[in-house]
Amino acid sequence: MFTELQEANFLVPTSYYVILSAVLFTIGVAGVLIRRNAILIFMSIELMLNAANLAFVAFARAFQDLSGQVFVFFVMTVAASEVAVGLALIVAIFRSRKSIDIDELHSMEG
Amino acid sequence: MTPGTVLFLILALIAVASAIGMLTSANAVHAALFLVINFFCIALFYLGLHAPFLAMVQITVYAGAIMVLFLFVIMLLGAERISLGSTLRWQGPLAIVLVVLLLGVTIFILFSPQIGSQMPVPEVWTAAQAAGDAEFGSPASVGLVLFERYLLPFQMVGILLLVAMIGAVVLTRDELKTGRKRREAQTAVSPDGQTGEVGEA
Amino acid sequence: MDSLFALIPLIIVFPFSGVVIGVFFGRRLMPHKDSIGPGLVASILAGASFVIAVLMFIALQGHPEGVEVPLATWMNITAGDRVLDIPWTFKIDTLSSVMMLVVAGVGTLIHIYAIGYMQGDIDEQIAKRGFEGDEAFDFKRRRYSKFFTFFNLFLGSMLVLVTANNYLMMFVGWELVGLCSYLLIGFWFDDPVKGVYNSESGKKAFIVNRIGDFGMLIAIMLIFWTFGTVQFDDVFARAECMQAESQEACLTVSAGEAVHEEAEGEHGEAARPYLTPVALGKIGTVTLGVVVTIITLCLLLGATGKSAQIPLFVWLPDAMAGPTPVSALIHAATMVTAGIYMITRSNVLYAMAPISGTAVAIVGAATALVAGTIAVAQFDIKRVLAYSTISQLGFMIAAVGLGGYVAGIFHLATHAFFKALLFLSAGSVIHGMEHGHHHAAHHGHGGDDPDFDPQDMRYMGGLKDKMPITTWVYIIGSLALAGIPPLAGFWSKDEILLDASLNNQLVYVLLSISAFFTAFYMGRQVFMVFFGRARTEAADHAVESKPMMTTPLIILAALSVLGGLLNLPGLHSLAHWLEHSVAHAHTAEFNISIAAISTLLGLIAIGLSWLLYGRKPVEAGQADPLRSTGPVFTFLNRKWYWDELYDTVFIKPYVWLGEFLAVTIDWKFWHDFVHDRIIGDAFRGWGAILSQPIDQGVVDGAVNGIAQLVDGSSQELRKTQTGYVRNYALAVALGVVLVLGFLAFRFLM
Repeated sequence: MFTELQEANFLVPTSYYVILSAVLFTIGVAGVLIRRNAILIFMSIELMLNAANLAFVAFARAFQDLSGQVFVFFVMTVAASEVAVGLALIVAIFRSRKSIDIDELHSMEG
Repeated sequence: MTPGTVLFLILALIAVASAIGMLTSANAVHAALFLVINFFCIALFYLGLHAPFLAMVQITVYAGAIMVLFLFVIMLLGAERISLGSTLRWQGPLAIVLVVLLLGVTIFILFSPQIGSQMPVPEVWTAAQAAGDAEFGSPASVGLVLFERYLLPFQMVGILLLVAMIGAVVLTRDELKTGRKRREAQTAVSPDGQTGEVGEA
Repeated sequence: MDSLFALIPLIIVFPFSGVVIGVFFGRRLMPHKDSIGPGLVASILAGASFVIAVLMFIALQGHPEGVEVPLATWMNITAGDRVLDIPWTFKIDTLSSVMMLVVAGVGTLIHIYAIGYMQGDIDEQIAKRGFEGDEAFDFKRRRYSKFFTFFNLFLGSMLVLVTANNYLMMFVGWELVGLCSYLLIGFWFDDPVKGVYNSESGKKAFIVNRIGDFGMLIAIMLIFWTFGTVQFDDVFARAECMQAESQEACLTVSAGEAVHEEAEGEHGEAARPYLTPVALGKIGTVTLGVVVTIITLCLLLGATGKSAQIPLFVWLPDAMAGPTPVSALIHAATMVTAGIYMITRSNVLYAMAPISGTAVAIVGAATALVAGTIAVAQFDIKRVLAYSTISQLGFMIAAVGLGGYVAGIFHLATHAFFKALLFLSAGSVIHGMEHGHHHAAHHGHGGDDPDFDPQDMRYMGGLKDKMPITTWVYIIGSLALAGIPPLAGFWSKDEILLDASLNNQLVYVLLSISAFFTAFYMGRQVFMVFFGRARTEAADHAVESKPMMTTPLIILAALSVLGGLLNLPGLHSLAHWLEHSVAHAHTAEFNISIAAISTLLGLIAIGLSWLLYGRKPVEAGQADPLRSTGPVFTFLNRKWYWDELYDTVFIKPYVWLGEFLAVTIDWKFWHDFVHDRIIGDAFRGWGAILSQPIDQGVVDGAVNGIAQLVDGSSQELRKTQTGYVRNYALAVALGVVLVLGFLAFRFLM
């Protein structure tokens, strides 16, 4: 299967991956904009990060440069940190507000 | 339609569908599971893109650790159900319009003659090229680049992880606060207001 | 001998230290009501000054040419090639010595007299005001010490004037005595009845003197411009130098040999035209003769102010508003002679300007006659003496104008004696009259006339029995003034008449007529005051003054008798004395016919006055015998209408001009029109425009508009800050789309 896949990719242009990346990214954006659940918004952000990673890896292959893959590696690390801190924040907010509906968190309104 | 292309399209469809599923599912647990599917698809794409190391990391870190954390939090808070309806009337429609526009513009840019023509499109690769490429993206080669060229960022990322860990611990811990409150309460009821502190000292 | 000269600063230090003592300790010197502490201290200091004057006189015997004692540098200013170097230097020569002796001597006697007189005078004022107890005591010692402070200040100032070695220093003394005169004339400015008149009199004296001082200042400035110095000796040396040399050549000439050389050559010589051009700065160039004539005429103007000559004599009669010692010291014996002294001091300049000399003589003679005639028709005992003083000053001025400097100074000295005597005696009379008036009022003898004036001769009469000493010294003074031999006045007046007869017949005639009137009005006064019967209760109860007051009178009477010895014909001791310092002094030999004529005129006048006033004394309420002359008497009584003339010619137009300037020019035009109308209205108009439409409308509108815009827009914009994170995310997404769209448009189109 490994070889199969690799061979299959020989035939797919980079632009396919880029379009897929764009679509996934857009769906992530839509999730951030539409969903009220803070955890879901987080997950949408993760989706966007993955979409970007996909583009990175696709271009790394196209340019035959491993920097793209290393960068994805860094992005994953940052994403992990972000999730750790972000979920901690959500837990803290939930403790004080008993809710993770971000529409209820609008005390900063002008 | 080569088999590779078909395979790509099927995987792409699953990825998009699972993303949309995450987007639309009312239950947060379902959404998390959809996302896991999506991440697996992406891991498969990494394999096909000569990035087996990243594919493994994607499955272990993302699909494994991160998504487990998500599920854990969701279940901890019991906040898996929040309705899709919005108190912000124009938020949804506007978001959809914007997302469509964003997608359109992005694709328009990507496939415009100026940019699209610069995008290297690999031709049909020969077996010999594939053999020469075999090393590309292997864990050894990635590790070499990582520890030679990107050693400093690698160290910084390590520190970042440490900071994030401490941050997460500090943010979620309220034991200190409650402990102090308990002490203060004890001081308030003690016969003379001064002894609480002095006695402890 | 020289060491004696070094004492000269003391002559002014003594009186000025008296001023300091008077200002700071005057009241403490008077521990009780009848204490005479301040007067005593002032008199002792005046006496000390006199002692210094005597020492100077003694020292001068060995150095008749005189010395100059520098004390300090007063001004030293260099501007271009001119140096204004004015030292504070005492000039001691025979002329200033005479003046010092007269001023300090007579001044000391009058100080002593004032010790007693002011006690009574202040008590009189206290009675008028109704003060009692502590208030009266406080008032008394304030005024008593104040009076002697002023008196000492006057004495010091006068001594500054006569010891000056330059015109500017003399001017300082000149102004200071003017100030003292003002202060002392208005000494009773708060008199409940006559206070306003007293202060008006002081003002009049001060203002009239300002006119003279103006001439004086012009003269001093011209002297500096012409000769480059104001020191007497240098000025005169350069003036004589410039008769032959150019101005530049003479500007470095200093006093010394030149004066003495010229003294021989120029003596009595007819002045020749001085054609040396004199550069007067920006004014231009004129010949020396013209400049000197202008200088001397300006000096004459100064002299007419200070010495009460036509046209500026009008202040002196009103100056009698001051207490009698003031009239005696300042307005008879010393200050008013400053003009004569100054002209004598400037004799070199007058010798160079014959026109000025003649003018001086005419002014003096005319004043002598006018004042003499006015004195005839006065009723106030001090006013008669005041006009007499003016008349006698006219004699002196006429003398110095004709070049008879010795005669002028001689008459100055003798006049100081007998006029001080007469004033002080008059003061004694007034004192006695007031005493009598109180006595009469107190004992209910009636006659408590509210219009009672202790100075009015019509209320007097028959005082010779009540006040014998005063009467006798008064008669001596009168005879001396009338010029009856062998009293002092005869010799000095005769010398003036002699000079006049030799130099200017017109002046001689005028002065002779004046001498006649002098004898007449003095006779009239003596007969009215001392002889006949008392016309009022006050006169009936008058008493002789205390010895403190009569002693100086007796001394002055003796001086009035013996004063002629100063310059007896044949001896000419004063002439020889003065010739060291007055280059142009000349003395004529005694002329028996002139003396006889003047004596005869005097005796006729006295006889006439006896006929009118003595033979049949004027009774109470009876009109003055001279009233029969009708309008002539009124004319004289009203002082030739001088005051009215000045009132019409100067004061009314001046007041009118002042009113015109104040009301029309300043108020109506300048204030109402220019300020209020043009500037004010324009300002207000502009202010209105600037404030209402511009400031409140445009500026405030802009500011408020911006504020409202910001306020309104932020009211709207704050709605965008919903606080919903998703809204913000939407905005971010919109931004992304727009940026991408822009990039797409930019790069792809």
